[in-house]
Amino acid sequence: MENNQPIISVDHVSMRFNLSKEKHESLKEYFLALAKGRLQFDEFYALRDVSLKVMPGDFYGLIGLNGSGKSTLLKVISGVYKPSSGTCRVGGTIAPLIELGAGFDMDLTARENIYLNGTVLGFTPKYIDSKFEEIVEFSELRDFLDVPLKNYSSGMVARIAFAIATITKPDILIADEILSVGDFLFQQKCEARMQRLMSGGTTVLLVSHSIEQIERMCNKVAWIEKGRVKMDGPAAEVCAAYKQTTK
Amino acid sequence: MATLKCYFNGFWRYRYLLYNLISRDFKLKYRRSVLGVAWSVLNPLLMMLVMWAVFGGLFPDLRGGDIVNYPIFLLCGQLLFNFFRESTTLAMSSVLYNAPLLRKVYIPKYIFPLEKTCFGFVNCCFSFIALVLVMLFTLSPVHLTLPLAIYPLLTLFVFSLGVGLVLATMTVFFRDVMHMWEVFTTALMYFSAIFYDPEMMSGWVQQFIKFNPIYWYITGFRRAVINGEGLSLSMILVCGGCAVAALAFGLFVFKKNQDKFVLYL
Ligand SMILES: Nc1ncnc2c1ncn2[C@@H]1O[C@H](COP(=O)(O)OP(=O)(O)OP(=O)(O)O)[C@@H](O)[C@H]1O
Ligand SMILES: [Mg+2]
Repeated sequence: MENNQPIISVDHVSMRFNLSKEKHESLKEYFLALAKGRLQFDEFYALRDVSLKVMPGDFYGLIGLNGSGKSTLLKVISGVYKPSSGTCRVGGTIAPLIELGAGFDMDLTARENIYLNGTVLGFTPKYIDSKFEEIVEFSELRDFLDVPLKNYSSGMVARIAFAIATITKPDILIADEILSVGDFLFQQKCEARMQRLMSGGTTVLLVSHSIEQIERMCNKVAWIEKGRVKMDGPAAEVCAAYKQTTK
Repeated sequence: MATLKCYFNGFWRYRYLLYNLISRDFKLKYRRSVLGVAWSVLNPLLMMLVMWAVFGGLFPDLRGGDIVNYPIFLLCGQLLFNFFRESTTLAMSSVLYNAPLLRKVYIPKYIFPLEKTCFGFVNCCFSFIALVLVMLFTLSPVHLTLPLAIYPLLTLFVFSLGVGLVLATMTVFFRDVMHMWEVFTTALMYFSAIFYDPEMMSGWVQQFIKFNPIYWYITGFRRAVINGEGLSLSMILVCGGCAVAALAFGLFVFKKNQDKFVLYL
């Protein structure tokens, strides 16, 4: 069953941003900059020449300090950013859990948001209907279903979001620090669900600052520093090296 | 051709999202209002009464004498123009306002301008209830040509979508566009023959108005609804031509720039 084609292959990807202060938000600024002859933007590379291969069935962890480019890499993989150079090939459906609550409208109730966010992820309303009970069950927020989301706590939002994103069996689950929001009971629940998806053949990409969690859950890890892959390989090795330097 | 098919498949996959976004807009627009969606009918009706009072009562000379059925004449112009203004204005800021979403999950970005144009269109269709009410109230005759009004309406939809795509793209890079468009549509309103008969304007104004596509959509619509005449060939050509040109240009501009959006949002 195991084939040797990587399910995600990131090939020499660089991601360049124009730094915010050089953005021209109005015509006047634009022409002023044009007149002064410095329309070249200050460039900033969030990712430089990153190459990674993730095999089907991997539980892949990404570690690195704040601002090292982990979230950016996940967004390139999920198609939100188009890399400035290099290519990223993904062979399967993705359930993105990048910054939870994307696709939620805070003015709508949880019930309405489940449908809205479900369709953002490409599900049909019929399918959501059939899974509605399961979502509510998993998030344990039955009493709050008709409350606007703006009155939720951030952990409650995370619960709903996680429950929606994981109702299908995606080929790839991308999780960016989501486990850090919920309380420990919910974290355990999420971990269990991820493990279950894994055993069903889903590939998981996980970002976490909890190194012991990464060690426990992942089989492979990439360590990213200042936009470059500093080290990648089996979890134990990379984590050990990471702990060495950050001590 | 293959890319076109790919585009359509993508669209088909996200049709429910489109529907949900439109229904969200309606929910939020009328949440906590007692009359709710009835405002879609009441609002144009009341606006029409105001304009009627101004141009029928206060300044009757401004509008030109021989307009048959002035209330309906007003309402037709106003409904179509408001649709254009509302949908383009909403579409313009749609990509910007959905930045939090676009930065986090992948969705085809054209869905937002498209959604706003559809929202404006649905709203406009509700407003036609006002038109029917006024027609009943003024005992206006119903012409056999009424179904022909669909043509200017649909082409106006396509035209607005095209304009909305261009505006949405520009707004991502220059926020100034929002303010300019507001002024521009106000100016445009006075050149769309909404509350006056263009025939009574001086020669150059008449010529000038003909460069305004909105004028053609409104006039075509009125001919079918009020005058009971078919559409003239030039109307069919101008309405259809502008729509196709605007949409083609809009898609081109949007597609060319959409990958850069996330960097500027
Ligand atoms: N849209 C953007 N425009 C400009 N710079 C950006 C943008 N998004 C990210 N960056 C920059 O890219 C770098 C990497 O950001 P990223 O969010 O990927 O870090 P991270 O590894 O996820 O950090 P954290 O551990 O804090 O989540 C940061 O320096 C950030 O300032
Ligand atoms: Mg991050």
